[in-house]
Amino acid sequence: MLDVNKITRVEMDWSGPERLQMNMGPQHPSAHGVFRAILGLQGETVVDVDAVIGYLHRCHEKLSETLTYAQYPSIASKTDYVAAMTSEFAYVLAAEEIGKFEVPKRAQYLRVIVAELQRIASHLLWLGTWCMDMGGALGGGATIFLYCIREREDVLDLFESLVGARLLYGFFQVGGTRYDIPDGWAEQCRKTIDRINSRVDEYEQMLEDNAFFLARTQGIGVVSRELAQDVGIAGPLLRGSGVNFDLRKNVPYSSYQDFDFKVPVETAGDCYARYKVRMAEFRQAISIVRQGLDKLPSGPISSRPALKSVAQIRIPKGEAYARVEGPRGEVGSYIVSDGSAKPYRMKWRGASFSNLAILPHIIPGHKVADVVAIMGSVDPVFGEVDR
Amino acid sequence: MNAEQARAAIASTFGVEIAAGVPMVVTVPAERWEELARYAKDTVGCRFFNFLTAVDWKEQGLEVVARLDNLEEDVALMLKTKLGPGVTHCASLMPVYRGADWMERECFDMFGIHFDNHSDLRRILLEDSWEGHPLLKSYAVDTPHPPYR
Repeated sequence: MLDVNKITRVEMDWSGPERLQMNMGPQHPSAHGVFRAILGLQGETVVDVDAVIGYLHRCHEKLSETLTYAQYPSIASKTDYVAAMTSEFAYVLAAEEIGKFEVPKRAQYLRVIVAELQRIASHLLWLGTWCMDMGGALGGGATIFLYCIREREDVLDLFESLVGARLLYGFFQVGGTRYDIPDGWAEQCRKTIDRINSRVDEYEQMLEDNAFFLARTQGIGVVSRELAQDVGIAGPLLRGSGVNFDLRKNVPYSSYQDFDFKVPVETAGDCYARYKVRMAEFRQAISIVRQGLDKLPSGPISSRPALKSVAQIRIPKGEAYARVEGPRGEVGSYIVSDGSAKPYRMKWRGASFSNLAILPHIIPGHKVADVVAIMGSVDPVFGEVDR
Repeated sequence: MNAEQARAAIASTFGVEIAAGVPMVVTVPAERWEELARYAKDTVGCRFFNFLTAVDWKEQGLEVVARLDNLEEDVALMLKTKLGPGVTHCASLMPVYRGADWMERECFDMFGIHFDNHSDLRRILLEDSWEGHPLLKSYAVDTPHPPYR
């Protein structure tokens, strides 16, 4: 029997140099997957971070060496499963660049339309989960999450009627796209993006009028312009730190030069700046989808005959690095070809991997609760971090 | 420095031929690897560290590849260095770019390349107890790994 009177109570003095090691994850609701951060704490302040990743590692790069150019695009979607269209896009672009494949104009526009719809769906999931991470401060927390999921479902419905799948598509193929839009799809798409457009205003009102939201995001997790480039973060993080760089504008691919859109840039570099950039991107993406539907050219969707065998696409010796502006930034595929039907070497430049590498540089000095806000603002998808 | 000036400057400083095209592919001996990266950052203005990886050319040995960008002036550099047959050491770019930290750890994990001067070189994606380096061509795709079958 335990005698409670004999237990000595030790008061811990947090003002001293004692450090507490705390594991955040790998099973943690705000980890957005499986991520473990070993936080060194002094009181409530984080003094060092060791990020442990790799829990979802499947060695996509080795896998791609064993699959042909016809087989791998649909597997590529499993790297970043929240924005599956993006990784397929980067892979086929790299193969097309080495193989000098023409891509018909209609296929290029279809690619742009699905890539932008994917950006909307991905940003919706980011906004919802991020706000839920900061839950308590937002008056109940789950409201925004459920709103965002509701809208994201509409986008997934569009993908479902386009390719039959809701998350992992196999829409892209070397030389074009595998599917054309079915009857009535364009109308359904217009209705969906119009609805989302009006709802984005609603989210902004809910968040930007909320003092707790502002307190938890403004001035938190500041990334300087210099640090951003040195670590190689991309996308909304880079643009939130004042670097005006968007691959769709600076290095246009797949006919992005035909579209009229703005690149939102913020200079503060904090969580709020990254939020502002993504909110502006919602509207730009909606505008691009609308333009794509208006201007969609007629014609074939693929420049090559249908395949009789999976090893039919052969690509000459050479190498290429193709990159696309995904929802999380630069997603690149570096392919080295030896002239066979499979890549000799394929390297993924995962946007989430590079973006996550910023954490050890910005978290120290913040409180534990801010770690959650900062991580959410980075928007990592662990399938892409670990590949 | 724009792309054409960069091409001429790198070619004369490092005594290498740089073929036309984007990105600019610059191949230097391994001894000048860090010097080239520093030159690219400070003189050419490639402050954006994009990625670092390697290619296993079997009996010819490993080749380390790094991609750097100058976002303002649109200069894209693909730096390469051949380590030579059997060589698994390379200079680290961590003193030049902070982004090289995770990229070199991944490269060590997958290819077994030891980056000298890297302050914290350990596996990043695989378990510390993992044997072998999976992206080497000599690593069989069906290598069994108890208990991770």
